[in-house]
Amino acid sequence: MSVWLEALSWLSMLAGSLVLLVTGLGVLTLPEYYSRLHATSITDTLGAALVLFGLAVQAGWSLATAKLVMVMLFLMITGPAASHALVKTAALHDLSLPPRRRQEDGDAGAD
Amino acid sequence: MTYFTVATLAILVSMAMLLVRAFKGETVYDRILAVNSFGTKTVLLIALMCFMTGRPDFIDLALVYALMNFISTIAVLRFTRYHDMLDDDDLRARRLSAPIAPAIEEELT
Repeated sequence: MSVWLEALSWLSMLAGSLVLLVTGLGVLTLPEYYSRLHATSITDTLGAALVLFGLAVQAGWSLATAKLVMVMLFLMITGPAASHALVKTAALHDLSLPPRRRQEDGDAGAD
Repeated sequence: MTYFTVATLAILVSMAMLLVRAFKGETVYDRILAVNSFGTKTVLLIALMCFMTGRPDFIDLALVYALMNFISTIAVLRFTRYHDMLDDDDLRARRLSAPIAPAIEEELT
């Protein structure tokens, strides 16, 4: 394997693991449900695609790459679908947004 | 390979954070969300472990786990809406008078 392919795989997997760390951090620290869902649904798909792409570059042209591409395609279809189902179910059960917080001092008591 | 280790550690840390949210979650949906994301990370962890141990044939396990994760998330969400797994609307209408899972309903409201 050439140096460039190795570097591509390395960079892709490193970026993917960074994005996955952002997923965990967002789910742990964000204040309410819909923002947590926003944090996971996007970064999950991107991080999985990046890590699996790095692994596929590592594997070269083989059966393992075909399987990895299948996993990646499936995750890219089901991730947004599951997020859509999550937000729709929560909205159907009237899980509402918290009141908007104002940063200005004058509006501290309003709403 | 060192960067397999780096990616595995990042995924494990992220999984720990998701587990904290799954235990702490204020609503049921927070828990379902955390478990769904945990499953996606398990798929990635299985794929990474296949390459770390030098046996790429086991990616089939990751594929099966991805399928099961999606279906179980949809099934649990359906259960929070209908309180059963029925495919029959008439049977559901007949059972609707008796709530099956009052504990879940209490937590949802």
